[in-house]
Amino acid sequence: MTRPLIQISGLEKSFTSNEGWLGQWRFHQGKLTRQKDSVHALNGVNLTINQGETLCVVGETGCGKSTLARAIMGLTTPTAGEIHYLDQRIDQLNNRQRMFFRRRMQMVFQNPYASLNPRMTVYQTLSEPISFHNPQLSRAQVDEQIDELLESVGISASSSDRYPHEFSGGQRQRISLARALSVEPDFIVADEPLSALDVSVQAQVLNLMMDKQEERNLSYLFITHDLAVVEHFATRVAVMYLGRICELAPTNTLFNSPKHPYTQALLSAIPRLDSNTAQPIRLIGEVPTPTEKPIGCVFQARCPYANQRCYDVSPEMTLQSDGSSVACHAIEEGRL
Amino acid sequence: MNLLSVSNLNVNFHMKEQELAALIDVSFTLNRGERIAIVGESGAGKSVLGFSIVNLIGKPGYIASGSIKLENKDITQMNLRQLQEIRGKRIAMIFQDPMMTLNPVLTIGDQLVETIRSHTKISYKDARNIAIEKLHNVQIASPEKRFDQYPHELSGGMRQRVIIASVLLLNPDIIIADEPTTALDVTIQAEILQLLLAICRDNGVALVLISHDLGVVSKVAERTIVMYAGRVVEEGPTLEIINDPQHPYTQGLLNALPQMTLPGQRLNQIQGSMPSLAERPSGCAFHPRCPYATERCRQEQPSFIYSGVSSVACFLVEDMLNEFAEQDKEVNE
Repeated sequence: MTRPLIQISGLEKSFTSNEGWLGQWRFHQGKLTRQKDSVHALNGVNLTINQGETLCVVGETGCGKSTLARAIMGLTTPTAGEIHYLDQRIDQLNNRQRMFFRRRMQMVFQNPYASLNPRMTVYQTLSEPISFHNPQLSRAQVDEQIDELLESVGISASSSDRYPHEFSGGQRQRISLARALSVEPDFIVADEPLSALDVSVQAQVLNLMMDKQEERNLSYLFITHDLAVVEHFATRVAVMYLGRICELAPTNTLFNSPKHPYTQALLSAIPRLDSNTAQPIRLIGEVPTPTEKPIGCVFQARCPYANQRCYDVSPEMTLQSDGSSVACHAIEEGRL
Repeated sequence: MNLLSVSNLNVNFHMKEQELAALIDVSFTLNRGERIAIVGESGAGKSVLGFSIVNLIGKPGYIASGSIKLENKDITQMNLRQLQEIRGKRIAMIFQDPMMTLNPVLTIGDQLVETIRSHTKISYKDARNIAIEKLHNVQIASPEKRFDQYPHELSGGMRQRVIIASVLLLNPDIIIADEPTTALDVTIQAEILQLLLAICRDNGVALVLISHDLGVVSKVAERTIVMYAGRVVEEGPTLEIINDPQHPYTQGLLNALPQMTLPGQRLNQIQGSMPSLAERPSGCAFHPRCPYATERCRQEQPSFIYSGVSSVACFLVEDMLNEFAEQDKEVNE
């Protein structure tokens, strides 16, 4: 196995939900008290990302996937926990110190209509990061790099003076990818990069991402809810639920023998093309909003196998014989 | 007799400089209790078709020619009063984003009761009972409590259930569902699809499902219509279309799905993208992206031909069928 590129341990992030001073007053047991409500988006995430691999994070809306991505990129400051890039801790850096890592790690966002500046031409969008991080380059050298970059993502260099609105969604997402690649990073976080695109265009962007990975030995953290894409693209898959990782496994293992009850339900819900698939496993209820820090297993409320221990003690990730790690008491005790 | 028959429907958008054709010669029929799907990429005209069926096309769009017959009555010829009779009562519509469909300043109950009382003369109390019964039918827990809540208090899946309940209030014959599960998570999507399927089956309601997800379509629809650049390119039984697609576009759509390729391999992409309305290619609109395009495809529009699996508008299929026919002739001689 290659060495880990990113190491995350005990990462937590909570957001205060009522910022206003007036909104914080509560009438409680005959007294007027002030309290802040917070939403716990991440509750102790441990994860490593190896060099050259694609780690996919899957989960339903509100499970904290995007917060995880943003925390790694330094777009939000985590409440607790550590993030390491190779040997260096990067979660407490100020902007100046972070500069070096901004070159190494880049992000591609979900909506290509919102993540490109509508008032900048493609040339401007790409030349800004290149000349900022390489001040020694001459104008001609920058131009040359931009042309190369555009051609490499399948957009003709002659269209570099056009604005984002002149491109289709798929082309825009390829420009976003070109922008991320412009500083030659070795790690790219992609937060649902395909969900705004049509199937045929999805295939184009996904192919491009795979080509680039091969060319440059890139590592991806790929966040998605589309499990068909995950099955195709991922090296390893992390399944998240309510701010915790409940199963982490190599892609094949996960899809062939999902272990955690949540993973099983999630996989059974994919609408497959073949007609004779089993009925999806029905989960009771919906994803709760974690306003209180959960005690015990995060999946307790919807889990058909939950017992008292699941309500009291939070399960730890344990390594299984087939290389997957699962956080579930039922599996640990052999009840499942 | 068909419940709904759309024939040679043309919908145009009247722009400053030119007339843009959003739908060209779209024809299909829908029987009572049948479930059909309309599939295609964004810009194919799926939603425009959905809106046209209830004559909800807003300016600058308008129905240029063709007819949409609900039993014997032509929807395109109706005045507003007659349309209001049909909308909701005979044909109901479910939209993609449940938050946009529900009024955020009215409670769920108010909206449901309003819907019933605007179509039937009934007391508030009776209407409330019907509404609660329908909420119960769509498997909403404690409907009495939900009745007094506002849309923002419900989750996405719950809101879509409320929409389905509101659609059921007037017992329509046809439900048009425009990407009903696109905004939802897979687990919720599976539940909503099962619910929709069960409701259509139990009440004999016909369903027009508009979707871009072939997986979803294969679970719900009996018949599928594939659209490209405002035209129907293929129509036939869903399972047969999925197992043996005839039109190169349908083939491309199916092959582009990640599950069609081995993990780690390059996906089969369709080159290029859907043309905009203003730049419709001549002949068969798919020819610039089609791997089999010939000179004839660039010039002429293919007409529909029955391939044995589905109706297809493609010269390639036509030529192949002609070849087979000739071979048969030779064998017979």
